[in-house]
Amino acid sequence: MEFLNGFVALANFVLIPAVAYGSQLALGALGVTLIYGILRFSNFAHGDTMAFGTMCTILVTWWLQGMGVSLGPLPTALLAIPFGIAGCAALILLTDRVVYRFYRVQRVKPVIMVIVSMGVMFIYNGITRFIIGTEDQNFADGERFIIGVRDFKTLTGLDEGLAIRTTQGITVVTAVIVVAALFWFLNRTRTGKSMRAYSDNEDLALLSGINPERVVMVTWLIVAALATIAGVLYGLDKSFKPFTYFQLLLPIFAAAIVGGLGSPLGAIAGGFVIAFSEVGVTYAWKKVLGYWMPESLAPDGLVQLMSTDYKFAVSFVILLIVLLFRPTGLFKGKSV
Amino acid sequence: MGEPYLIGEAMTGGYGKGADILHACTIAVERGEIAVIVGPNGAGKSTAMKAVFGMLDLRSGHVRLDGRDITKLSPQDRVAQGMGFVPQTHNIFGSMTVEENLEMGAFIRRDDFRGTLAQVYDLFPILKDKRHQAAGELSGGQRQQVAVGRALMTQPKVLMLDEPTAGVSPIVMDELFDRIIEVARSGISILMVEQNARQALEIADKGYVLVQGANAFTGTGKDLLENPDVRRSFLGG
Amino acid sequence: MSDMLRGTVLFGIMAVLIVGTGFVQSWNSALLILNMGLVSAVMALGVNLQWGFAGLFNVGVMGFVALGGLATVLVSMPPVGAAWSAGAGRLFLALALAVAVMAAAILLWKRLRRGLRGWVVAALLVAGFFAFRAVFDPAVALIEAVDPAATGYLGGLGLPVVLAWPVGGLLAAGVAWLIGKTALGLRSDYLAIATLGIAEIIIAVIKNEDWLARGVKNVNGLPRPLPYEIDLQNDPGFVETAAGLGLDATTASTLYVKLGYGVMFTLVLVLLLVLAQLALKSPWGRMMRAIRDNETSARAMGKDVTRRHLQIFVLGSAICGIAGAMMTTLDGQLTPGTYQPLRYTFLIWVMVIVGGSGNNFGAVLGGFLIWFLWVQVEPIGQWLMYHVTYGMADGSWLKGHLLDSVQHMRLLTMGVILLLVLRFSPRGLLPER
Repeated sequence: MEFLNGFVALANFVLIPAVAYGSQLALGALGVTLIYGILRFSNFAHGDTMAFGTMCTILVTWWLQGMGVSLGPLPTALLAIPFGIAGCAALILLTDRVVYRFYRVQRVKPVIMVIVSMGVMFIYNGITRFIIGTEDQNFADGERFIIGVRDFKTLTGLDEGLAIRTTQGITVVTAVIVVAALFWFLNRTRTGKSMRAYSDNEDLALLSGINPERVVMVTWLIVAALATIAGVLYGLDKSFKPFTYFQLLLPIFAAAIVGGLGSPLGAIAGGFVIAFSEVGVTYAWKKVLGYWMPESLAPDGLVQLMSTDYKFAVSFVILLIVLLFRPTGLFKGKSV
Repeated sequence: MGEPYLIGEAMTGGYGKGADILHACTIAVERGEIAVIVGPNGAGKSTAMKAVFGMLDLRSGHVRLDGRDITKLSPQDRVAQGMGFVPQTHNIFGSMTVEENLEMGAFIRRDDFRGTLAQVYDLFPILKDKRHQAAGELSGGQRQQVAVGRALMTQPKVLMLDEPTAGVSPIVMDELFDRIIEVARSGISILMVEQNARQALEIADKGYVLVQGANAFTGTGKDLLENPDVRRSFLGG
Repeated sequence: MSDMLRGTVLFGIMAVLIVGTGFVQSWNSALLILNMGLVSAVMALGVNLQWGFAGLFNVGVMGFVALGGLATVLVSMPPVGAAWSAGAGRLFLALALAVAVMAAAILLWKRLRRGLRGWVVAALLVAGFFAFRAVFDPAVALIEAVDPAATGYLGGLGLPVVLAWPVGGLLAAGVAWLIGKTALGLRSDYLAIATLGIAEIIIAVIKNEDWLARGVKNVNGLPRPLPYEIDLQNDPGFVETAAGLGLDATTASTLYVKLGYGVMFTLVLVLLLVLAQLALKSPWGRMMRAIRDNETSARAMGKDVTRRHLQIFVLGSAICGIAGAMMTTLDGQLTPGTYQPLRYTFLIWVMVIVGGSGNNFGAVLGGFLIWFLWVQVEPIGQWLMYHVTYGMADGSWLKGHLLDSVQHMRLLTMGVILLLVLRFSPRGLLPER
């Protein structure tokens, strides 16, 4: 019983939040890694791309809510996601046409593209703040919990409660669907394969008659979808604040690099590695250990390895360790 | 006798705005025959072939395929016109499976290419066994087979190979040459650049010895092998 | 010669812009822009050293600037005696322990053979971490308990605040050395992410380690190198001189203080600029640029690229630290909550790119110009929006929203400027020679 209680506490405070957060990071990192693989630069504007897509979704959500549309227990935002993706895609494609393409044609060094993406980051950030402001926006509606603490306790008779929020459930389910669709697309369709070919060997892809502009366009469309979905899931699970999204850049990049830049599988693995480490290191383990250890050994302190304010430090330390000992990441990434 | 199937005639040019590498160089290949470009290091062998394929700007000269002038076409367009090209390095998609490599070779084809796929597998049976393996994991000789197979997927009329035997063992080299002869027998013209001049000339219908970007000797493979000048200068006696 | 002319003209325009602000808005605003422009120019000089000279992609500028700010507190604030006697000994013991554990881990890693060493070092680090926390946590609790509303930290050394400027540079240099040792071997975009992360961590430490500099409770009332306005106003001699110039005492005192800062900052900027110019023209500077332009061939010629990179990374970061200390001195307070990467890292990058990377004068010009725009975009935007919304009905939602959102025009403008310069003048306003 003690063990089970401890496990439930662990699940409630570490496993479930980390799985949800990991899914969000994985989707974000997939976008980063795709851009790196196809367009060959680290996109500093990705956090703000997520913010913009999410903002579009929120605006449509509010409109739908105003019209009285609802998904019942599910958040209305799910219905608005396609519109958010469309908005985000429009902005990205416009950016590519006006900004990135010029440099792509010249085949500039990747670091120049990174600086260009810094400019894009400023602009996206400005647009998002201009339209929706800098404040927290809550747009989650519907049922709050799939299972609440009290229900869980009565159901199982355990002392410890377990809550699964609807948003956490939706996050994981959506992430699984999106990732499955993405991998099906990349591995099974002609266009998807041509994207992988282009990422693998650009010159040979050109020789094979693959149209680079089309590959780039499809990539941006997928990135728009991934970024918007990741952003909306994160916003539903936590809350939407443009600055937070900008800060997500760090764990997302850490996830992509840890997994191996350019490797979609790596991005997913990296997302979960980062999420579990962040949550695990900043969680106060007193409760779980209290259940699992003999009473005499039970800890006095909180057994919190680091305060939550240091969560960036966690992603960062993992990033450094991986870079120092396995520079191409867990799954072999590209090194352009 | 009419004009050769593919001819790069009196080609002069270099990369970008750099100095000319080719000087009135002429390379041609007849239908279903093997033409080989040999010569010392830095003679512009690969450059001559790339010029035929449209990868550098010609200042003068023409490239004609089956009588049509294709000098102004981009490499991609030449692929569509029936030319296949196997670069010397980076000539496969290493992270993709063998079969995906071949599919990518057929990217410009909108028809059913399963027949061609089967032909390539017949030509290189080992590739069929390894078709679900990542091409990057294969041995050097097998990779070259993938590279050649990829280029064959467009059903080219001319196949251009840039040093196909670079870095493979002598046994594998012989095997590759056998396959290349087989491809030529099926009616595809072969134009290739080779380091291993002697072996290459042995299978060549026509040989071009280039020196400093210009034609030094031209003749059938047999003639060149017997030519004392060629033997002394390029074949090591 | 035309380079010279171009530079003179552009700096002339810059001067006109600032002086114009003095006439149109107020001399106070003009001097504020000038002073922060000087600070920004110093920061840009530091980043230019790293990026323009050596091609190092450092997006952790914010962290080094914040370290300079921290130095100001540590140098100039009076020590808190009660906190020192409460837990300082224990605290330093904990920090020494942490250093010892790290050193031991590195030593073990180098000495032990492959195989088990990973586990041994990991075990050492974990055990060391808990030992550190056991000593550290109580010490922190003791220190932070000392009058938390006013102090709750160790305070500083009580030295003149100007000393904080070089100290800030040294502090930044020290941290930069540590980072450089680990991260400089990485590829450019990895280095970017690494420095981005370091900066966030430095800010997190300053925000959360209250014993160090009170964290988000801020340290206010930092000592000043110049007299306080109120003292000047009470000084009959000063009031008389001001009256002689036709100024009232209040205006005169604020102008006097700002001008004083301006003079001090100018001295620092000129000194650093001269040094940077000498460095650029020295064999060392030429080698740096040779490495930047072709790292492989420089390496093949036997240049120790990593070592050179480390040198310039440390130097550039130190300059950012100096600028950070100057800025915090000007503000008179350390407010860790206000450090944001867009403002303290990426804006500095815009300055360098717009000014002209690789050209010290370009970086300085970029510092002034971008800072000027950063400040002035808001009033300009307000004016613009006022006219855009002029025809709209008062109280309409859109009008209110547009007028309220003007403050966010800044970021948008900076992005547009950066992209325009990158596109149409990729080498900046004053290109590298």
